[in-house]
Amino acid sequence: MKMLVCVKQVPDTTEIKIDPVKNTLIRDGVPSILNPFDGYALEAAARIKDADPSSTITVLSMGPEQAKAVLKESLAIAADKAYLVSGREFGGSDTLCTSYIISEAIKEIEKTEGKFDIIFCGKQAIDGDTAQVGPGIAEHLDYPQVTYGLEASVEDGLVKVKKETEDGVQVIGIQTPCVLTFTKPSFDPRYPTIKRKMAANRANIPVLAFADLVDLDPNKIGLKNSPTRVKKTFVPQKKTGGMKIAEETVEDSAKKLFTLLSDSHVI
Amino acid sequence: MVNYLFATEEQKELANEARKILEKELKPRIDELDEANGGLGGYPMDVHMKLVEAGFYGAYIPQEWGGLGLDPVTLGVIYEEMGKIDSGFAFSFAGSGCEFPKILKTSMPDEEKQKWADKIINEGAMGSFNLTEANAGSDAAAIRTTATFDEATNEWVINGTKCFCSNAPTASYFICIAWTDKTKRASEGVTAFFVEKERGVQIGKQERKMGLHLAGTSDVIYDNVRVPADHVIGQVGKGFAEALGGIKGAGALVNCCSSLGMAQSAYDQAVEYAKTRRQFGKRIIDFQAVGFMLADMETKIEAARALMYESLVCARDGVDSKHVDMMIKQFITDTVMQVCEDAVQVAGGYGYMKDYPFERYMRNAKIYQIFGGTNQIKRKNLMKVIAGKDPEAVRK
Repeated sequence: MKMLVCVKQVPDTTEIKIDPVKNTLIRDGVPSILNPFDGYALEAAARIKDADPSSTITVLSMGPEQAKAVLKESLAIAADKAYLVSGREFGGSDTLCTSYIISEAIKEIEKTEGKFDIIFCGKQAIDGDTAQVGPGIAEHLDYPQVTYGLEASVEDGLVKVKKETEDGVQVIGIQTPCVLTFTKPSFDPRYPTIKRKMAANRANIPVLAFADLVDLDPNKIGLKNSPTRVKKTFVPQKKTGGMKIAEETVEDSAKKLFTLLSDSHVI
Repeated sequence: MVNYLFATEEQKELANEARKILEKELKPRIDELDEANGGLGGYPMDVHMKLVEAGFYGAYIPQEWGGLGLDPVTLGVIYEEMGKIDSGFAFSFAGSGCEFPKILKTSMPDEEKQKWADKIINEGAMGSFNLTEANAGSDAAAIRTTATFDEATNEWVINGTKCFCSNAPTASYFICIAWTDKTKRASEGVTAFFVEKERGVQIGKQERKMGLHLAGTSDVIYDNVRVPADHVIGQVGKGFAEALGGIKGAGALVNCCSSLGMAQSAYDQAVEYAKTRRQFGKRIIDFQAVGFMLADMETKIEAARALMYESLVCARDGVDSKHVDMMIKQFITDTVMQVCEDAVQVAGGYGYMKDYPFERYMRNAKIYQIFGGTNQIKRKNLMKVIAGKDPEAVRK
């Protein structure tokens, strides 16, 4: 299988603090990390490669030069090759434009690497939380897609994807080429190995600039061609955590609820 | 955060990766592991295997044997960072993995040596160094373990009981020091052997220790254990000289890096505590009695670190550092003990309680002044080198 994993560099939202005066996120000094959902996608691809070592994994990211850090991290974890799409022309692109640029970059990379069978994405990035870029790439490429994947395997040329649904898990077979987006599985992604990490530090990562994407329509990218705008960002009011009462019997649950309400003088 | 100022970006990255793994896999469980098995503790093999999978175990093993050939300074940065999470775990991880050079000194066939390199790197096979006995601590020549040669089978037969053996409960192989010729002096009559566990090595009771609970310690019993003649490390009769030299910079790497990491952690948390704790209307760090203690703690740590990395740089670059090597263990581990004790003092009553890690740091710190050669023996050795032989001494 020839696989491509799209990854994004995001601020570590667990480290982000809120400016109490401006009510905005303080990003200064916040470390950048590999978007965790992209990490799950990379792990899914790595597991396919574990089963069939002749498979290859290429990673692709769009962003400034610093985004090479997450490409290097991906190389240290499982990827064989990495590409960065970078250019001022792409700045301010919304999810429609971003997914278009990435789909064009994929086509450009395929000219050297050959056609990819599976495109992996995280279900969403933890900074924007839109969950639109993965499906957008599938639409631009006109590929079938499965979203909210947990695991993927290849059986007789057919990709089998476990997909999380509100009620449980669906198992879907999908033909290649296809796009899969991934959510958090029950297992932890593997750690990078130091051997791969040292090799990744020495890896040459090609950068695809605006001029390299020869088939790209310049009227479909950037801030001015983005049909959506972020109108306002705000910090939602914090909700206090609830608690789940699930005793062995309904009667026990009711008793516990009564005790809790009574102890806090609600009743 | 890596503290060594001259660490390269790559050294920092590798060390941070090791710490990240331990922060996730070990940190949340340290208290539980510290008190596991009725207070004996135990070495968490699952965490060990996570680091093995990530390639950290035996990473110094030369590339021609399948390792990464990491240099002593890089290893030092990694082990110091690991020591910040738990020094007992870091000590065991570093110590049990550093014996491959001794396997290389045997005359076993290369395929056999390669098999052990693979076992260490890929399967995390741990080693245990067995010298100390009930009546032979600092006086190592007083050991009673013997190895006799059986010419009929071309094997050595080892008999004896070793005690306080670090990593023995989880080890796959052992380095055993035994008398092979009691008619000679120890420097001529003691031999080191490489012994696989399956040759009949028995593991005795696990010791109940004051601290370092994440590092397993037990007796090791050799009851007619037979090893082929090619399992001798170096030359017969040269056991002390051959077996005490491990990987380059081993002394600093195993004892000093892991414990200094712990001292740094104790200091960092003591500073945090002293900035948060308020008495008489101000932060306790603003009282000179506390602030001076912290200033001294940081100074001592930095001095210890400078000495430690000087020794490791010498080991890396092949510079003769005999005197420095003879200073590091006692200076660094005395510093570690002092800093960890002071950290308890800074945190006061809370420092004494198990809700904070300070008491564990202090319990862990003590052993570093004792094992690997007591700090008194280390001073005696250095003294002998400084003094040299008295040309006018009269033997009485």
